[in-house]
Amino acid sequence: MAFHRITLTVNGEIELVDVPSNMTLLQLLRDKLVLTGTKNGCAAGECGACTVILDGEPVNSCMVLAAECDGAQVITVEGLAHDGTLDPVQETIIEQGGVQCGFCTPGILISARALLDRNVDPSDYEIRDALVGNLCRCTGYLRIIDAVREAASRAS
Amino acid sequence: MVSKEMASVKIPDLIGKSVPRLDARDKVTGAARFADDLQFGPGLLYARIKRSPFPHAIIKSIDISKAQALPGVKAVVTGKDFPGFIGLYLLDRHIFCRDRVRYVGDPVAGVAAVSEEIAEKAVELIQVDYEVLEPVLDPEFGASPDAPLVHPDLSEYEVVPFILPRAGTNISNHFKIRKGDADGVWNSGQCAAVVERKYRVPHVQHVPIEPHVAIAQVNEGGTVTLWGSSQSPFAQRNLIAKTLGISQSDMRVIAPYVGGGFGSKAGVSMEALAVAIAMKTKGRPVKLRLTREEEFYTVFVRQGLVAYFKMGCDENGRLLAMENKFYWDGGAYTEYGVNMTRAAGYSSSGPYEVPHVKTDSYCVYTNHPVSGPMRGFGMPEMHAGLEQCIDDLAEAIGIDPAEFRKINCLKTDSILVTGSKMHATGLPQCVQEVIRAIDWGRKEPPSAPHKRRGKGIALMWKAPAMPPNAGSSAWVELNEDATVTLGVGGQEIGQGTFTAMAQMAAAALGVPYDWVRVAAPVDTQYSPYEWQTVASRLTWSMGNAVVNAARDARRQVIELVAEAWDEDPEDLDIVAGEVISYKSEESISLKDIVVYGLPKPNDSGWMGGPVVGRGTFMPTYVTGLDPETGQGERAVVHYTTGAQAVEVEVDMQTGAVEVLRAVAAFDVGKAINPELVKSQMEGGFVQGLSTALFESLQLKDGVLQNPSFVDYRIATSSDAPADIHAIIVEVPQDDGPWGARGIGEHSMVPTIPAIANAIYDAIGVRPGPPPFTAEKVYLAMLDAAIAE
Repeated sequence: MAFHRITLTVNGEIELVDVPSNMTLLQLLRDKLVLTGTKNGCAAGECGACTVILDGEPVNSCMVLAAECDGAQVITVEGLAHDGTLDPVQETIIEQGGVQCGFCTPGILISARALLDRNVDPSDYEIRDALVGNLCRCTGYLRIIDAVREAASRAS
Repeated sequence: MVSKEMASVKIPDLIGKSVPRLDARDKVTGAARFADDLQFGPGLLYARIKRSPFPHAIIKSIDISKAQALPGVKAVVTGKDFPGFIGLYLLDRHIFCRDRVRYVGDPVAGVAAVSEEIAEKAVELIQVDYEVLEPVLDPEFGASPDAPLVHPDLSEYEVVPFILPRAGTNISNHFKIRKGDADGVWNSGQCAAVVERKYRVPHVQHVPIEPHVAIAQVNEGGTVTLWGSSQSPFAQRNLIAKTLGISQSDMRVIAPYVGGGFGSKAGVSMEALAVAIAMKTKGRPVKLRLTREEEFYTVFVRQGLVAYFKMGCDENGRLLAMENKFYWDGGAYTEYGVNMTRAAGYSSSGPYEVPHVKTDSYCVYTNHPVSGPMRGFGMPEMHAGLEQCIDDLAEAIGIDPAEFRKINCLKTDSILVTGSKMHATGLPQCVQEVIRAIDWGRKEPPSAPHKRRGKGIALMWKAPAMPPNAGSSAWVELNEDATVTLGVGGQEIGQGTFTAMAQMAAAALGVPYDWVRVAAPVDTQYSPYEWQTVASRLTWSMGNAVVNAARDARRQVIELVAEAWDEDPEDLDIVAGEVISYKSEESISLKDIVVYGLPKPNDSGWMGGPVVGRGTFMPTYVTGLDPETGQGERAVVHYTTGAQAVEVEVDMQTGAVEVLRAVAAFDVGKAINPELVKSQMEGGFVQGLSTALFESLQLKDGVLQNPSFVDYRIATSSDAPADIHAIIVEVPQDDGPWGARGIGEHSMVPTIPAIANAIYDAIGVRPGPPPFTAEKVYLAMLDAAIAE
């Protein structure tokens, strides 16, 4: 197995890592960098639990090869809060009661942050559409949708 | 009983207050640890499982030599290595198959290697010779004398006394109700209307977003540690220790946060595999993490059901008799299926008072995946047909279906199907609330000319189905600064139990909520005993233990201060972390007392010391039932009841069903944390909606055709209705903490029939078994010549 030496920025930290050709970004984050907030729910790009922001776009990190991330900027759930201050969407999801088991939560927060970064005033339809790739089995989604709407209104 | 007394006294302000979840911050920052997040260093080995490709076959031989020779492989195990039986109620399986495989996915051998890739390669090198047998693929056929036997040795298995397998058949439990004389009612022609229906409910899967994962380590001396995503750390400790022949105290289970359970992580499923493999890896830890595909059919699935209902009422719409027959597709083994069959039997009237009931509920072995408990424990499947049949009977007698339910639903002191009396219940209020909230009887115009609208209602009841003596325990320890560490053995699986327990401990002790920390993760070596996190029993059972523990700590503190102040303990109280005297108006902070005690007068020594409160709870009043009639004094601890109503729109051109809004009302006795209670009602509704509209494990000759999220669709953010109106009804439970009873599972029980009844109201056609996919609804409309 060939290895690749890559440099990437994860949550503002520059990382230099050697990755095998078949390693996914999800495996790199969880197994090499021990950023275990990003979850593995299906390893097939279907559940959204592993969503991270890669160069500004939300992606399923299980579907991205680590070797392709040389020079990339990655934001994971661990990078949403700054100096102990939560991201507005982290605050509102707590307030609205949009967290239950918490396994889908990191991916949902990342998808929500990516939505709000590109659309400061999303409609309910746009919120639902942005989260459609993030499966949640506990909450029934409504409190999560409320949280994203509330986070948007606080920012504006 | 402490809690009974509590229910009658003033309810503390903290009880009924929606404090924020204590696990929320860790869960939004990525700090919360789940089993797969734990770090084990470079010594960790990875396990994969060789599984049966056939639904039913004899194992003729297994050759593991090539797998053993593969570099990087550290252990290969088969059923030969582990002769013991395992099972919760009926011990009917080995950890690895020994002579026979009974479903596609049945574990035949296990491998541990230095990487998942090598373990996977080794699994492919294991050669198994099978003699293929005829499979049993339908529970009704399986119960017949013509069916091949899935477990020829059924009569030799160890079983608990309240489960009744039938030797020489595939029936692992037969539960009977013979109340009154249903045959007599049918023969006498007393009924003004009678309907008979047959319903089928397919297997579905729990689909926790976190797949099962277990890490096991066995040290030289033979003691075992298991880390896993688990609803049942103590039951796993007990069952695995028993099958391995070791002491429960040498088997330790550590269970961090669970990323969704819904029953799939109760009891023992794949955890024993990891332990068995780790017994051969010389002390190195072994991780077994299921793939999403394995998750769909190699751990528990929900039971399938074939149900027959016959119901009759008089001309005023009063139910006179029911005759019900349930064939549960229990799958290849029956960790919980036998008890679900029993629960369905003693709940088989639905939430109605029916004078004459005859029920036969059969748990049947098939060569399908292992059927386990799923949110609702048989009740969603049973109510799916029962509540549609009630609608049909109401129509047959010409009474509005909501009115029909008002007439017949259980009230306080109604006589139950098992012959005992219903405890205090708010079911009539729940019915009233959903009728009002859904604007029952008013038909809104559809959103487009090719659509039709309808409303549907369904009721439910469900008891915690468990052994009569399932127990809970808790401890409360005060720290130097008077913060509180609360020890519990029940699991935080998303329902918010740690938060509710912290609230109850704080309220019973007299300290602010944010002073309480829960000792997590649950660890059987340090945590107090809890039977299992199942049956929606924690708020009630573990809650009682927590209240008892907090009151024990409170008593210790008050007795100490009373002695120090020479006062009557009755005059003292603990309020907001201060011990106060109503008589002398003295006060002292808890932090000045709870670890170092208090000085005696005149420098003559010290009194008191560290404060640790203990509490337990176990119901003592559940009786047996007569095996021939199912009648007895008290079948269960209590029933939670409730109702849902929905408004749907059906597209006459495509058959697509959209649930526009839903209302739910449940009698939870007392909502400890109302927002958490409402969250359960909402989440349960959408899970129910998902099983109603989308979900089915498509098994063809025992082989699952759709083990992925692409082919097995669950509800997404775009499928949730615009509004779910959750209504809390509170008629206190006599032995619940401040009157509380459970709600977690109940919230999805009436959803399938509520939606089915709404579809019927919209289009006048019943679309057959769930899921009510667009295709199925369209074909039903085509048959009825109403599709556009």
